[in-house]
Amino acid sequence: MNKRGGEGHPQKNGNVAQQCETSANLSSPVIAAFKVFQMELDTKHDKYERLVKLSRDVTIESKRTIFLLHRVTSVPDAEPILNEADGKLCGVREKIGQIAEELRGEDIYQFHRAFTAGIQEYVEAASFQHYIRHRSLISLEEINASLVFMKGDEGSADTLSSEPRVTTFQVMPADYLLGVADLTGELMRLCISSVGNGDIDTPFQLSQFLRQIHDGFSYIGNTGPYEVSKKLHTLRQSLGKVEDACYTLRVRGSEIPKHMLADVFSSRNAHMDSEEAVV
Amino acid sequence: MSVSDMFSYIQGFLSADQDVREDIRKVVQVLEQTAREILTVLQSVHQPSGFKDIPDKCTKARELFGTVQMHIADLKTKFPADQYYRFHEHWRFVLQRLTFLAAFAVYLESEALVTREEVAQILDIEVVRDKGFHLDVEDYLAGVLIMASELSRLAVNSVTAGDYNRPLRISNFINELDSGFRLLNLKNDPLRKRYDGLKYDVKKIEEVVYDLSIRGLAKEAKSEQ
Repeated sequence: MNKRGGEGHPQKNGNVAQQCETSANLSSPVIAAFKVFQMELDTKHDKYERLVKLSRDVTIESKRTIFLLHRVTSVPDAEPILNEADGKLCGVREKIGQIAEELRGEDIYQFHRAFTAGIQEYVEAASFQHYIRHRSLISLEEINASLVFMKGDEGSADTLSSEPRVTTFQVMPADYLLGVADLTGELMRLCISSVGNGDIDTPFQLSQFLRQIHDGFSYIGNTGPYEVSKKLHTLRQSLGKVEDACYTLRVRGSEIPKHMLADVFSSRNAHMDSEEAVV
Repeated sequence: MSVSDMFSYIQGFLSADQDVREDIRKVVQVLEQTAREILTVLQSVHQPSGFKDIPDKCTKARELFGTVQMHIADLKTKFPADQYYRFHEHWRFVLQRLTFLAAFAVYLESEALVTREEVAQILDIEVVRDKGFHLDVEDYLAGVLIMASELSRLAVNSVTAGDYNRPLRISNFINELDSGFRLLNLKNDPLRKRYDGLKYDVKKIEEVVYDLSIRGLAKEAKSEQ
């Protein structure tokens, strides 16, 4: 008797549960609250995705700019290439402007992970160009100063919004630092390829500059974000290559006539490249 | 600006950042201590003797939340208000625990799901980001999920203590919570991982309800009412 009654129960319970669910779906406070959470989370995720996409665009364009800048060594006059790079960087800045627009009124640290890669790449490209032009390190302020955007100041000037909105993007010190660490890899490539082209002054300038950056990173040590220590290792390798190149230039330069030096070097570079490929 | 100037400028930034983190860590440690105390108080409901004086335990927990408010007020002074997410990781864990504790206390009192506003009020923080130190929606949801597994434990223990009615009520509550969470489109993040555990809590409670019904114990409890 008791058993039979018990057998009937699970089914009944299932019905009760189902009823609960349907009534819950209609207008329970819990469901209503979760609908609000759904909207809030979706909005946040959408924004995050948009930022990731923008950041990828920034990365790609910055990488292309860097490739373009590497051509500087193979042409006699660098100015046209630098100007072309300027144009490309302008496009990149426009994208960063869109990122800044997305982040208006938000806590930028909440979405930092979405765009940090793009910003680092931009710092790398901008500082690389700055180095080629001025032979010095671009400062954080200079980068931030170039990331000021005016919005709505053209067509709508005569209508309601007569005052242009100013949006700024502040590169975080940590992102700047990581971008500069990437820059050293580019400088190493620049150094090697300039030797290949028979340019004997640039490697010495570069090794000087790289040494300064290396000292700077050693000074910061492990106070920085943990990625810095990883990059520091790569930085040492780059510096080693550049210093080796300078060493060879000095040693061989005193015994080989200048016009043959380029040949000595290009064979040495081929050797170094294959070594790199193995590692 | 020379290279070394630039680096010492950045170094200044970084060490200031480290100091702030150090300060935050200290306060968070104290907060964790208080959270553990509250947990100890509330956990005694799992004891057979604990079922009788649930309201008493909740009052005690509420008193301890006063201490929590004090520490959070202290935490607020440790960093600029608009940089909440910069240091979020430091207090994320403890804030989820505190949400869980608040939600558990409120459930024991009224058998209802605590709202985000209520949690914010209990911890004396804000709901909206613009107004300062706030409760992130993901942290709130994570706290609620911790409570779900605590409730599945409570269902088991209440049967042991002879309270056959409670598991049925918990079952309804958890089911509602489950259908609430099913509305969300979660990304593949920690919250999603934790949500994946909810189904085991649901299952556990359903088993308890099944065990009760098959023995007619649930019916007994109902007719008693």
